[in-house]
Amino acid sequence: MVMTGNYASAYGAKLSRAEVIAAYPITPQTSIVEKLAEFVSSGELRAKFIPVESEHSAMAACVAAQTAGARTYTATSSHGLTLMHEVLMWASGARLPIVITNVSRAMAPPWSVWVDHMDSIAQRDTGWLQFFCQSDQEVLDTIIMAYKACESRSVMLPAMVIEDAFILSHTSEPVDVPDQELVDSFLPAYAPELKIEVGKAMGFGSLVKPDQYMEFRYKAMQGMEDARERILSVEKEFKHIFGREHGGLLERYRCDDAEVVLVAAGSVASTAKDVVDAMRAKGVRVGLARIRAFRPFPHQELRALGSKVDGLAVLDRSYTFGAAGAMFTEVKASMYSLQRKPAVKNYIAGLGGRDITPRTLEKILEDMLVVSKRGAEDEVEWVDVAGLPRRWR
Amino acid sequence: MIEVRFHGRGGQGVVIASEVLAEAAFKMGFEVSAFPFFGVERRGAPVTAYARIDESPIRIKSSIYEPDYVVVLDSSLLRGVDVLEGLKTGGRVLINYPEASPLDGVPSGFKYYVIDATSIASAHGIGSQTAPIVNTAIMGGFAKICDKIDIEPILESIREIAPVKVEENVAAAREAFERTREVSL
Repeated sequence: MVMTGNYASAYGAKLSRAEVIAAYPITPQTSIVEKLAEFVSSGELRAKFIPVESEHSAMAACVAAQTAGARTYTATSSHGLTLMHEVLMWASGARLPIVITNVSRAMAPPWSVWVDHMDSIAQRDTGWLQFFCQSDQEVLDTIIMAYKACESRSVMLPAMVIEDAFILSHTSEPVDVPDQELVDSFLPAYAPELKIEVGKAMGFGSLVKPDQYMEFRYKAMQGMEDARERILSVEKEFKHIFGREHGGLLERYRCDDAEVVLVAAGSVASTAKDVVDAMRAKGVRVGLARIRAFRPFPHQELRALGSKVDGLAVLDRSYTFGAAGAMFTEVKASMYSLQRKPAVKNYIAGLGGRDITPRTLEKILEDMLVVSKRGAEDEVEWVDVAGLPRRWR
Repeated sequence: MIEVRFHGRGGQGVVIASEVLAEAAFKMGFEVSAFPFFGVERRGAPVTAYARIDESPIRIKSSIYEPDYVVVLDSSLLRGVDVLEGLKTGGRVLINYPEASPLDGVPSGFKYYVIDATSIASAHGIGSQTAPIVNTAIMGGFAKICDKIDIEPILESIREIAPVKVEENVAAAREAFERTREVSL
């Protein structure tokens, strides 16, 4: 079928047999929950659909239903996601494997309904797994895989599947919608060990004293660490059944023998593959590493890559004020323990929906080839910005 | 790769037009991608949509700057919007244009085609008489001007996508296909 990323999200939630969906509309997410509302009203999806009065309530409803043993789903974007912030923390602390779609959109002011990753990046410390997608197909597949990985006994953490605003959310592409029976065989019903049950007295989210709190956090940390292996094993099984894979935590594209590699997340990585091919055709040894999982972060995978290349050009579609791009900070930290470190440079681009063109990506890689010859630098460069030198679009 | 840009106004079904094309091309075995660019989301405001059609999977997610085809759903946009911006030399332009009026004052170097999609949509009762929805008619015209896209898959896509008045939409597209003509400057 040809469908948008938003419909791919809705199909992903439907095929995963989400049992409770609570949502509040926000551009450009709205068509996800509209489609799910259609599925529920037509009877195609047996679920409780709860229209709520805010995103904070949407996540609160998911938390409550998931605590009672239901598989839940919601979708949001930008200000909706940041309004959820408090309850996102609750979901991970309570070890509830909720899966949501965030249509990644810039934060206001000034108002923008277009893509950047600031909303998602601002939630990196909430204890959620975060998957950045590059195609509609990946959005659908990742929702199904995220439920399976997150519901593993060793993980039990929530996940955020991220689609770029408009670039994926409203772009129609061919998407293979798998058979429900196959998805059922891959993803069994949600059956948590502990849940709220009538007639069974238990405490959830109780007060713990300082002599117990850290053990809870330590276990959540272990859950996130175990998620690394689970993401990979779940994807391997997914590939066996559905014949597709999307690159684990870090997708590497033509990185063997590369001098310089572009590190990026989201839909721009898809465009970058065309750029890498075009530059390779001219004999320039470049590659692409796509950060698919930002949490858990692929430190080991990046170190293995970094030890073999001269330079990493890290493209961030958001900015952490007073520091640098968040992807850059993490990538650079990963390189610290290497004996032979590559040069790492940060390129800030594409905020508020500014188009990142193939030409800009080519120029970034060309710049990085020069920078890597000069040795490691600590540089953050904003590109395609009025009044600044690197205007390549 | 074929790249197409659509110009219209909010409420005319510009985005759906690009999706009808993508669906039709997909039926013909092509890889496709269609995406909108919204300004202010309200009725009457200029809206742009885009489509790519290729033999191999489409990975590029950047916008289209040098289209091969431009489709104009509202001729009032010819004043005020540079609908020809970036169009490749020899590129084709399909305009929803009143039957009897001459198309003049347009630059050379491109091929122009016209179809009175407004009258056709109106005659088939699609949308209201004051604001007929012209997207299905104009896509019938597109099948005429594009060598790679046939009319039958366009009609089939319209059947799947049109929410109401399915056969009226199909009939409008078929009529537009037959009546679309090249304008000699």
